[in-house]
Parts: sequence; structure tokens; C-alpha cells
Amino acid sequence: MTAHDTTLTRPNAPVTTYRYDDFDAAFVKERVAEFREQVRRRLAGNLTEDEFRPFRLMNGLYLQLHAYMLRVAIPYGTLSARQMRRLADIADKYDRGYGHFTTRQNLQYNWPKLVDTPDILEALAEVEMHAIQTSGNCIRNVTADHFAGVAPDEIEDPRPTAEFLRQWSSAHPEFSFLPRKFKIAVTGAAHDRAAVKVHDIGLALVKNDAGEIGYQVYVGGGLGRTPFVAKLIRDFVARADLLAYLEAIMRVYNRFGRRDNKYKARIKILVHEKGIDAVREAVEAEFAGMDRAVFSYDPAEFERIAAYFTPPPYEALPADSEKLRAARVAHPAFGNFVEVNVAPHKAPGYAIVTVSLKPVGGIPGDATSAQMRVLADASERFGFGELRISHEQNVILPHVKQDDLFDLWKLLDAAGLATANAGLVSDIISCPGLDYCSLATARSIPIAQAISKRFADLSRQRRIGKLGIKISGCINACGHHHVGAIGILGLEKKGQESYQITLGGDPTFSANVGELLGPGVTAEQVPDVIEHIVDFYLAERQEGESFIETWRRIGHARFKDVLRREGEDGAGI
Amino acid sequence: MALVSDGRFVEDGWRRLADEETLPKSGKAIVSLARLEHALANLPAGVSLGVNLPNTTEPASLAAALPRLELIEIAFPAFADGRGFSLARLIRRAGFKGELRASGRLLADQYAHALGCGFDTVEIPDDIAGRQDEAQWRAARAAHARTYQRGYVAPGSILDARRKAAAK
Ligand code: HEM
Ligand code: SF4
Repeated sequence: MTAHDTTLTRPNAPVTTYRYDDFDAAFVKERVAEFREQVRRRLAGNLTEDEFRPFRLMNGLYLQLHAYMLRVAIPYGTLSARQMRRLADIADKYDRGYGHFTTRQNLQYNWPKLVDTPDILEALAEVEMHAIQTSGNCIRNVTADHFAGVAPDEIEDPRPTAEFLRQWSSAHPEFSFLPRKFKIAVTGAAHDRAAVKVHDIGLALVKNDAGEIGYQVYVGGGLGRTPFVAKLIRDFVARADLLAYLEAIMRVYNRFGRRDNKYKARIKILVHEKGIDAVREAVEAEFAGMDRAVFSYDPAEFERIAAYFTPPPYEALPADSEKLRAARVAHPAFGNFVEVNVAPHKAPGYAIVTVSLKPVGGIPGDATSAQMRVLADASERFGFGELRISHEQNVILPHVKQDDLFDLWKLLDAAGLATANAGLVSDIISCPGLDYCSLATARSIPIAQAISKRFADLSRQRRIGKLGIKISGCINACGHHHVGAIGILGLEKKGQESYQITLGGDPTFSANVGELLGPGVTAEQVPDVIEHIVDFYLAERQEGESFIETWRRIGHARFKDVLRREGEDGAGI
Repeated sequence: MALVSDGRFVEDGWRRLADEETLPKSGKAIVSLARLEHALANLPAGVSLGVNLPNTTEPASLAAALPRLELIEIAFPAFADGRGFSLARLIRRAGFKGELRASGRLLADQYAHALGCGFDTVEIPDDIAGRQDEAQWRAARAAHARTYQRGYVAPGSILDARRKAAAK
């Protein structure tokens, strides 16, 4: 059977997502059975809670503020309609009818019961999904560019690499008890949408002078309490050496990463303390000492995986749709949606659609089961049955005919899914914060809601242009606040919530950690402060300049000054 | 202490020597790393020697001793400390053919990982053995019948199985 016979065995399956073979299916089933047994042994007292903990985390199960929380992997963000429907069914049957899409291309359920989790995992396994290694001190779910395979600026689809790594990292005998969690992201395009430089390992597909495709490898990036931009450890790793090279990095980290203090146990600290040159030397020595032939990368296996990610059967279409042009003119609201949420596509006549999970005043990343089903239907009607989850907590329909955009928009609009704010100020990334998270020091969802309401006017948002606001409810930085053009970090000061604001963060290849604007402000003040920053930018910007460009040109101090002056008249910063 | 070998709790034929104890005339003795050099220099003909290593040991420092050792025991100070897995790999890579033993608070759930990295046996304290009987060790091992990694001691490498299936 070839990769393209998928429809025979999987009705409604998209032709561009990885399909489990018998081995993958058996492997995932084995993990479910193992976890079921671990839950049983926990309840029977064979495992203590301390002993059980890493195993439940390795299966995505957290103990949170109010309940358990289950984190489901959406490997490299790609999802089929059938899988999306299953997520909706699980939300209805085992949760409260919704789920939360996260910055790590996962879906979190906030209210499952411990005894139900093996059944949930089984329901996921039936549709080729799992929660393996979505938490714990192991190699986490590998993330990738959500425009993979369709972006015009792409060198190569990063998903075969990510799937290759998903398999390699699953239940790895040597690397399942690392000093800390380990995150890998892959991008294959000129523009980085996977934030590779703020991951433990970031891989960027590159072509060398000989025309061969390989990987630029970055190491030691990360957010949390000590944010670092990753350093380049190798300019080019041939594909044939990828796994060997990664094993070398992992082995060096497993042996030499700090274990005395969990806040210092990430590879970014190793890189920072020893220096990238020393780490490179250790990795290269390990790499040279390995018997690469025994376990190294198998080109046939990579090709087997890559065959699943070939383009769907696009129709031959003109580059621009006449129908689309007419609909944009006739329906200005639709026109705005196209302007903001639709991106250019590799194939002529097609488009990439971002479905915003950030309605004005809504909870960023939350989707109800009904919305999940609408999205599944929409993907089948208009996009070869394929969906993506972006690290911006939105859903992407990657292959929509321009001719179909208007019908798609009507469908989305009816389900409350047509907010035209992708990349704008109300497209806020936010972690769950104090509403759900046991580590939180402040709320983040209500802050996101307040800002989004303040900027509810979408035409004003369009005038402001691209501007990423990112909010975390504590220093762990799950909401990526360090790399937000405007970052907001919720802290607790003397029993009061206080919010620190940073400017100038950037998650792309030009990665930058944001700079602090001043002392913290109260929750009530946050929208005012954001508004002042935005107004100052609007006053200062030059033609066509984005917020971050203006900030870079005129410098952080100017923004700080303005806010300080505002503070004197009562903004309190 | 209990010793797990091939999914069974077995008698331990090895005796761990305290640093002040003199080497026996015969039998199987495990010494600490600090004492290894001295023990090798004064090894009675009838003694099989083993060494207990902290998981931070630099494997290169063992190169000369490896061919003369019949057992290497790697300490796991806590079950979540996976350094011993990498050290085991390096020791096997250096050519060690004797018994490789993991010693510490390892759990049945890590049995497959230990075997995969080249360990033969696992020595656990009594409280763990009391809660996790032989059947659980065997079940946990069987739960990892399939693995994706090549180059590890894997009975059921998916990649090899795929290669075989593709070659047909
Ligand atoms: C609600 C349960 C959650 C808990 C207990 C939790 C815990 C943590 C912790 C402890 C860190 C700090 C890691 C470190 O610096 O070593 C962290 C980082 C992070 N988490 Fe979460 N998190 C949760 C939810 C989320 C959610 C919902 C998202 C996505 C919206 C997310 C994405 C991230 C990201 C992107 C980082 C930063 C990555 C890095 O440190 O390099 N987490 N999380
Ligand atoms: S940033 Fe803090 S509050 Fe937010 S999800 Fe992460 S751990 Fe929880």
C-alpha cells in the first residue's frame, strides 16, 4: 500500500497528514495499556504519588488547581477533521464541552478525572493521537511551523523532520529521565513561525552550497525565569547525521546538565554557564565518538514519512480569483477578514486561512466542542480535511481555494469564528494563569479579555497593524511574554496582582527578549498602559513601519520616557 | 536489597566490600571506585572483581580497568536521575562485556529503559521490591515490546521491523 491509498482505509482522511502504520498504532496502544496499568498500580499502592508523578506527566496528566488537566499532543500542529471531531467528542464526554489550544501545539482539557484518563487516551489512540511526552522531564512534543507545506517562503516542509523526531523521541530509553523538560521546534521557511530560537533545540532547514538540504542547529534557547535566545551550535548538519547529532546533544545534556536546582537544570543554563564553545566541543567529541552507522538515520525511513506530506491534489487555478475580488468589494466585513486573516499560498489560486480563537472579550485559545466540529466540517468542505494549530493559539485551514473563501467565511462567521484580528492587538497569546494554573501568581485570561475589549474596534486594530501581545500568569512564561512585542507578566506583590510590561520581544530568526518598561502596574491599569504605548507608537511611526520596527528605530528609552511622563499624570507606572 | 535479572528476583552472587574490608581470596567482590586501582593491583587470582560507580564517572578513566572487570554497577541516587542511562551506554560503547548493573531506587516502570541502555540487572531496595513484585517488573518490560530507537538494546525495534517488511 502506498501513502496515497489513505482514503481506502481512512474515509475522510486528508492526504497530507502522517498516517500510523501498524507499528505506530501498536506502539501508541502499548503506551495506553502501560498507563492504564500505572493508574491501577497507583490506586493499588504499588506506586507512591512521587513515583507515579513522572509517569503521569509523561502521559500529559497534571494535577492542577481545581482538578487534573490533560495535555494532548498535536504533533507539529497538524490535525485531520476526524481528529478534531474526536477532540470535540472527548470535550463533551469527559470534560465541560471545551478545550484550550496552547502555544505548544497542544490541547488542554481542564476537568478530566484520573480514572477516565486511560479511556481518553484510548479514544485518542483510535484516531492516531496521544498525550505522550506532552509533559515531564523528557523530549516534549515536537513543534513546527503551522504554515508547513503551504508557505511560499518554504525551503522544505518541516513536518517529515518533526514526525521523524516524534518517533525517535518517543519512550526513548536513554532520554526519558532528563534533568528537565526538553523542547524541540523545526522550521523549514525563510520566516520563522515556529520560534525555534526560544527552544532547547531549534532546527532550521537550510540548503548548502552544494544544494543539499540539512539543518542549522540552535541550542539553549528558552523562556521561563531566565530567558535566553538560542546559540548556533552547528551551521549545517546533513540530514543523514541529524539523529546522531541530536543524540550527541542529548547525551551531553543528560550527563552534564545541572540537577541540583530545577530552575537551573535546563540546557540553556548549561550553555550559559559553560559557554556555547565548550558545549559545542563536548557535543562534537560525542558525535565523533559515536558509532553512527548502527543507529543512524535511515534515508528510506525518512522518505517513507515524507511521502505522507506531499501536496494534496490542487486544481490548476489562476493566481487570483475573480470571485474573491468581487466578494471583497461587495462585503466589506469579508474584505477585512481576507486582508487580515488570509495569507498567500504556494499553490496558485489557493490561500491559507487563520481562524482566530480570540473573539473580542473571549478566552484566548479556547474552543467549544461545537466550534471544533464547525472547524472539522469547514476543513472537509474547503480544505482537504486538514487543520493546523498555531503557537499563537489559533486554528489554520491550510488549503482553501480563493474561490471558496467567501462561503467559508459565512460558515465561520455563523459559528463566531470569523474575528478578523490575526496578528493584530487583540490576537493575544495568553496562558491560563490563576484561573486554572497552580503555579500562577496572577490572572492572565481576564487581562487578555480587558485589552481585547479596549481595542474592540477592529478598524482601529487594522490601523495599528501587526502587534503581538503575549501574557503569562507567572515567570514560567507559558504565554511567551518575553518574546511579545508587548509582553505582560503577572506577578504577586504584597498580596496584590502586579503586571510587568516588556517591549521589543521577538520570537523569529531576529529573536529578542523584551525589555522592561518600568515598575509593575495593577490589573486595572494594564489596558491604559497598553493604549498609551500604542498611541505613542502611532504618533512616532513612519510610513509602513510595524510596532517592532518603530521600537527598534527610536529605542526603548523613548517609550519608557513617555510612560514615565504619563505616570506623573496618574497612569501609575 | 533485591536483584532483578531477566524479570525475576534472584540471589546475588556478588558481595559488596566496605572500603576497609580486605579483598577475599576467592569469590565475587564489588569495590568502590576509589578503591578500584588498588584492588586491581592486588587482585588474588580467584577473585572476580566488580566496581560500583557514581553516575558522574568519566568513562574514559575506566579504559584500562574495563577488560579486567566482570561487573560494573552504576548508582542511581534517585529514580528520576537518568544520568546512569547515558553512562551505561558509554560503558557498553567502550566495549564492556560483563554484567552491567543498575543500583538504586529504580522502578519497574524503568526496567525497559535500563535494559535498552545495556543494563543486565537491577538492584533495588526492599521497600520497592515489596511494592513492585516480579510480575510487575515483567509486565513493565513487556509493555515496551516495541521501540523506535535503533542502536539500543531493543528486542522489537520498529525501524528494523519496517525495514524487514519493506524488503519483502
Ligand atoms: C496549566 C498548566 C501549566 C503548567 C503547570 C505549566 C508549567 C510550566 C513551567 C513550570 C514552565 C517553566 C519551565 C522552565 O523555565 O523550566 C513552563 C514553561 C512554558 N510553558 Fe507551561 N505550564 C502550563 C500550561 C501551559 C500552557 C497552557 C501553555 C501554552 C499556552 C504552556 C506553554 C509553555 C511554554 C511555551 C513555556 C516556556 C518554554 C520555555 O521555558 O522554554 N504551558 N510551563
Ligand atoms: S505562565 Fe505560569 S501561570 Fe501561566 S500557565 Fe505557565 S505556569 Fe501557569
